[in-house]
Amino acid sequence: MTEPSRLSQQEIPAPLQAAPFALIFLLFFLIPLGLTLMVSFWDYNEYQILPAFTVRSYVEIFSGCLAKLPDLCVTFKTYLSTLKFCVIVWLATLIIGFFVAYFLAFHVRSLTMQITLFLVCTIPFWTSNIIRTISWIPLLGRNGLLNAALLKLGIIHAPIEWLIFSNFSVILSLVQLYTLFMIVPVFNSMMRIDRSLLEAAYDAGASGWQTLWNVIIPLSKPGLVIGSIFVVTIVMGDFVTVGVMGGQQIASIGKVINTQMNALQFPPAAANSVVLLIAVLLIISAMTRLVDIRREL
Amino acid sequence: MRSGRSPAFYWLAALFAAFVLFLYGPMITIVILSFQGPEGGLTFPMNGVSLHWFSKLWQGLGVVDIWAAFGRSLRLGAVVMVLTVVLWLADGLAYRKRFPGSDLLFYVVVASLIVPSIVVSLGIGLEFRLFDDTVKSLADSLGWSWLADTYTTAMGLYTSALAAHLTWTLPFGLLIMFAIFNRFDRRYEEAARDLGATPWKSFAHVVLPIIGPSVIGIGLFGFTLSWDEAARSSQAIGDLNTLPLELQGLTTTVTNPAIYALGTVTTGVSFVVIFASLGLIQFLRRRQARHGSDAGQGLT
Repeated sequence: MTEPSRLSQQEIPAPLQAAPFALIFLLFFLIPLGLTLMVSFWDYNEYQILPAFTVRSYVEIFSGCLAKLPDLCVTFKTYLSTLKFCVIVWLATLIIGFFVAYFLAFHVRSLTMQITLFLVCTIPFWTSNIIRTISWIPLLGRNGLLNAALLKLGIIHAPIEWLIFSNFSVILSLVQLYTLFMIVPVFNSMMRIDRSLLEAAYDAGASGWQTLWNVIIPLSKPGLVIGSIFVVTIVMGDFVTVGVMGGQQIASIGKVINTQMNALQFPPAAANSVVLLIAVLLIISAMTRLVDIRREL
Repeated sequence: MRSGRSPAFYWLAALFAAFVLFLYGPMITIVILSFQGPEGGLTFPMNGVSLHWFSKLWQGLGVVDIWAAFGRSLRLGAVVMVLTVVLWLADGLAYRKRFPGSDLLFYVVVASLIVPSIVVSLGIGLEFRLFDDTVKSLADSLGWSWLADTYTTAMGLYTSALAAHLTWTLPFGLLIMFAIFNRFDRRYEEAARDLGATPWKSFAHVVLPIIGPSVIGIGLFGFTLSWDEAARSSQAIGDLNTLPLELQGLTTTVTNPAIYALGTVTTGVSFVVIFASLGLIQFLRRRQARHGSDAGQGLT
């Protein structure tokens, strides 16, 4: 053994063991966030960023937003559009995720089968999101499988245009990509429910629906909240899926930031990031009031 | 109560099947379409079956050197995997003992998972740009022309992109770790200590074998998350793109089934890694059971 004997005799102190991990998050998460905040108050011209304090970027983001009311300014419209995706995708993943997890946790009886089916749900998560997104094109495109089938059956006479590169395809793709983020925490919560509670509910005369509503859903709440946080924050910041599935025509906050970054307009991109972060944190803080994340793992 | 299937079972089973079809259907479609004949297009019908588009892919797609990106992604994924496992193990051991700031660290790590990727990406991008500017102006003011003339940027695959990937893989590792160590029976370690094992020995011979399958799982997570990562590295990548970033650009420029062939190949890599890891986990479990050790019992 090449290990020095002193090391093998003595336990390494915990803070030292955690230090590299903590350092990564200090260097590549906390400091970058701080810098983003700082740069969002800097000035810029076409060539470079100028380290002088100004609220110019924020003024530009919200310029005309109050004056134009009740008409919405570009920023509000973009947020509204992103929020709309958020709510729809959240509801869809919540419902699908809950019932899939419920099926796995309570209706599949053998552990091996549970693990197998759980893996079946998980495996696509480990493959490329972009590939999974463009995979919809041959199915939903103008000459895609669905349009071709409907035309052949005589149900429609012209291809449906809104199946792809539309709000619909963005939502479909987001639901497909992120339902797993709901399934895993909800399944985890459900597996911790004491099965004797269900027997007790049954003995007390509760119907299946009553048990579901009064026992299982309240006890799955932590998982539902954690899953919701994941889904909402991912959709709020998304720009890849909205870009590809929206045919680069649909606005989202993430896309605005991405475009500004590519144009090397760092202060406005940073200011937009700060605003986005505040919006996300407000949503999360509302949700975490409901549950202590750490106790649920 | 538990005998016989309720009608609800069949409804839920149907829902589950539909969900699985929803998950896999599109993926299967592009795998099939990637074998499209040379005259075939982006949609059905299949115009013959061939490997034409794979050979096109093999020759490269236009201006983008796809195979260089492929190699970069593979190497970066491997580095991320190793670092994720090592950092995670050290941190996991620390968390079992509680230490000052452990709660704070936990919340910071979870926060990094739920702060939108584009914001993290922008932050890391800015950090490296500001660093570059600082180095350049410092070199100028000190008159170090050797540095001022040669230095371009610290941004790159194994600096900024690696950092961006770690802020994505490590939080997942931490969450999984809590799930594992919360279920870990510490009596095995106490027994080892009572028998005179040093901390290092009890880690190597008791803890590691028990959590071994989970360690492989974390490694798998680390690799596949990195292999497919686009959002976090988008602004923190420097000159040379990873495969998912190239792919993102190709979705708008390539209009033939070669892009499906590329999809089939990257999905294939993911599947090979996933099934190799699952196989290895199975093998370790079996070996534990076969050797009559009671080590594996801690997990069940």
